[in-house]
Amino acid sequence: MTAITLNSINKRFGPVHVLKDISLQFDKGEFVVLVGPSGCGKSTLLRMIAGLEPVSSGDMIFGDTRVNDLEPRERDIAMVFQSYALYPHMNVERNLGFSLELRKRAAAEKKDRTSHAAGILGLDKLLDRFPKALSGGQRQRVAMGRAIVRDPQIFLFDEPLSNLDAALRIEMRIEIAKLHQRLGTTMVYVTHDQVEAMTLADRIVVMNAGQVEQVGTPLDLYSNPANLFVAGFLGSPKMNFVAHDDAALNLPSSLTNPSAQTYGIRPEHIKVTAPDDTAHLVGTIDVVERLGSDTIFYINHGATKPFVVRVPGIDRTAIGEKIGCQFQPEDLHLFDQNGQAISEHKNG
Amino acid sequence: MTMALPTSPGNGRGRPLKRFQWLVEPYLYLSPAIILIALVILVPLVVGVSYAFQAIDLLNPFETGWVGFANFEKLWADRLFWKALTNTFWWTLGSLFFQFFLGLGLALLLNKPFAGRGLVQGLVFLPWAVPAFLSGLNWAWLFNPIIGPIPHWLAALGIMEKPQNILANPELALWGPIVANVWFGIPFFAITLLAALQSIPRDLYEAAAIDGASVWQSFIKITVPFLAPTIAITVMLRTIWIANFADLIYIMTGGGPANSTNIISSYIFTTAFRRLDFAYASTLAIALLVLLLAYAMLILQMRKHLVKGI
Amino acid sequence: MQKTAFPIGAVLRYFAIALYVLFALFPIYWLVKIAVTPDRLIYTEGTQIWPSNFTLDNFVSVLFLTDFLVYFKNSMIVSLGTAFFTTLVATAAGYAFSRFHFRGKTIIIALMLITQMFPLLMIIAPIYKIMAGLRLLDSLTGLIIVYTAFNVPFATFLMQGFFDGIPKDLEEAAMIDGCTRFEALRKVIFPLTLPGLAATLGFIFTAAWSELLFALMLINSDAKMTFPVGLKTFVSKFAVDWGQMMAAGTLALIPSCLFFILIQRFLVKGLTAGAVKG
Repeated sequence: MTAITLNSINKRFGPVHVLKDISLQFDKGEFVVLVGPSGCGKSTLLRMIAGLEPVSSGDMIFGDTRVNDLEPRERDIAMVFQSYALYPHMNVERNLGFSLELRKRAAAEKKDRTSHAAGILGLDKLLDRFPKALSGGQRQRVAMGRAIVRDPQIFLFDEPLSNLDAALRIEMRIEIAKLHQRLGTTMVYVTHDQVEAMTLADRIVVMNAGQVEQVGTPLDLYSNPANLFVAGFLGSPKMNFVAHDDAALNLPSSLTNPSAQTYGIRPEHIKVTAPDDTAHLVGTIDVVERLGSDTIFYINHGATKPFVVRVPGIDRTAIGEKIGCQFQPEDLHLFDQNGQAISEHKNG
Repeated sequence: MTMALPTSPGNGRGRPLKRFQWLVEPYLYLSPAIILIALVILVPLVVGVSYAFQAIDLLNPFETGWVGFANFEKLWADRLFWKALTNTFWWTLGSLFFQFFLGLGLALLLNKPFAGRGLVQGLVFLPWAVPAFLSGLNWAWLFNPIIGPIPHWLAALGIMEKPQNILANPELALWGPIVANVWFGIPFFAITLLAALQSIPRDLYEAAAIDGASVWQSFIKITVPFLAPTIAITVMLRTIWIANFADLIYIMTGGGPANSTNIISSYIFTTAFRRLDFAYASTLAIALLVLLLAYAMLILQMRKHLVKGI
Repeated sequence: MQKTAFPIGAVLRYFAIALYVLFALFPIYWLVKIAVTPDRLIYTEGTQIWPSNFTLDNFVSVLFLTDFLVYFKNSMIVSLGTAFFTTLVATAAGYAFSRFHFRGKTIIIALMLITQMFPLLMIIAPIYKIMAGLRLLDSLTGLIIVYTAFNVPFATFLMQGFFDGIPKDLEEAAMIDGCTRFEALRKVIFPLTLPGLAATLGFIFTAAWSELLFALMLINSDAKMTFPVGLKTFVSKFAVDWGQMMAAGTLALIPSCLFFILIQRFLVKGLTAGAVKG
């Protein structure tokens, strides 16, 4: 069953066309992540789902109800803001229960549900505190607790982790994943962090410049990016792109395709070999990063951007050495002159 | 999903008014202000402007009629107007200069914590709370050698030969209202500049200190550029306000002696309410308004550059 | 917090602060001093820092032998009324400026700025006519309406500043939690602007308490006079009774100074960008 249907949604701010003809369907219980660079329109789209921005044209449908004209409070949603948006003049307990207070629920029910949510998030001991007296991570939990208390049809997250430090971000990421497993509610999550997208999502929507570039499961997007943008956006370090006429490139004809303008290969899919004729690309090492678990080489092959190689473990090859790189045919991504992926290899 | 909150999904019952509501809502909040300002200020303003192109004599109601630019020709030839314009310039410049620099000094002093700062802040801002007519009276009394100490101090310091009232001396009289105005206006600048100072991020100063900046250098390189937009806007508003502000002059000197303290707004006042020549009063007011508008435009242009510079 | 490097700097700073305090308070002190000086000593000891004798006679005669209390009451009504209505109207308008983007916003802001720019004297005659037409001459209600109109623009900008300091996310969160926009304003935003409201109220009260020109023009009966007008007639009537005038002046000072001392902290806070956050 579909939870949210977006039907040719457009958004204009005056003359600026921010979102162009977005059509998507989110299933019930699905965790969907909207990801893209800042300014791509992902937050605007989320705010339109929430009812905080009017829809310029198109249909916004929850279940089988058209909600374009419904106020946020009538949409049965909850939202976690980047800034947490905790009410500074209310203590944690009132913050959690505010939505129930507005609906004039009985005190007992309110107490029940706030303490339930507080229990899930470990906020039991903080109920009397005011937001000012909470740490970043605690505020984040209260913001999530407020959403849990609502028990809404849809959970919305607007870059909820971007104000936290790295360690806390990972911890909260896991909390959110657990929360989704536990509640099974439809969740729509906006982030610019591709790691969050990859780890949390059932499905990822990659957006750029007001348009949807590709929709799919994380692994699907990783393995079969539809175009240069998606290929370059997901994965860390980024996929290497080499022009088809790059002098350093030495692909056997079995791997090439006459319409391919750009070849893409992920750093982790490269085997380091001797710099001889069997190598598909040859260059000298400019920079080495040894992470312990991995070693990353930045290779100068005559182009402006270095060619990045990631090999597992500790590799002692030194700066200035010449090395060769080899790829597996199935790891090579081919893009035509429009940047679209060419799905079939020539001899594929 | 079973205990969903009972929000009405509003199924099918679409609301054509919704879009309309997005357009109208801001005006709902604004309408009381707009209606009030339009009725009490803007309509009278238009009527007031129209007076400048008429002959209006309350004592002689049958002489009323449109006269084109006759009033402006009269203005051009009016020696009192030019005198008042010069006085307005010195009055505004003198008041503004001391208000601003003393206000800035006070803001800088108050920006650093010290024992009793809260109390001091309350006390030094107090003059702003004193009604203008009362500060006018008060300063007039202070300048009066019979009950005020100032002439005696000036005489004791040798600045004056014997205790005299400077308000009665055409050479010096304008300084009386200016001093009162400075006293009254320092808090305004101190408050706005203090607020601006407190919003400058502290780490900028720390970074500058690490980079080796002296106190004076960090003042010039950080404080001043950060304050500049606030300074531009407050100086602009304040200039306009001071140029229009006739209360102190009206109460302390009435424009005298011998028109030596007559600024345009006090001239307007006497024209309108002593001579009851509302047409000429409007003409004077329009001349002042045009000058102030030109000045405001200039400052706003400068401010744009300042803001870009940061 | 910061250590002063050399005590000389600290001494100079305190000296400068002392000068400011002295300059600010001396005129007020003088007002009070003359008011408590007995009549017979005013001329002989008029310029001494403290008189050899002390009296409250001037206050007693001002309070009980003149219309002072009537003026006081009128000024209270007008100032409180103006402060209340101005803040109400300016809160709504400031909220609209802070939270909405809409057609005509620039024009309305420009119009509001213009109201601050021209000599008020220019429109007193037209206003007089309008108020006469509405039968609001010589009435405190009329005065409140006029004062409110003239104070709304500045109060609006002030309130807008306070609202700008409150993150928009808060009312959006409240709207998702189940508030209408107005409820969000009332239950979430309003409690957070209380310092701002206090500052605006006090500021407008002080302004209304001081206003002379309109009061002079629109009020003519003794029974409706506000303080400034009353004191002015007082000055012309008792031109030589310094003690009584200063006593009246001192009494006139009390409410606006009290109000101001209460609100000035909020004023600085409110003008500081983002002070309300967190």
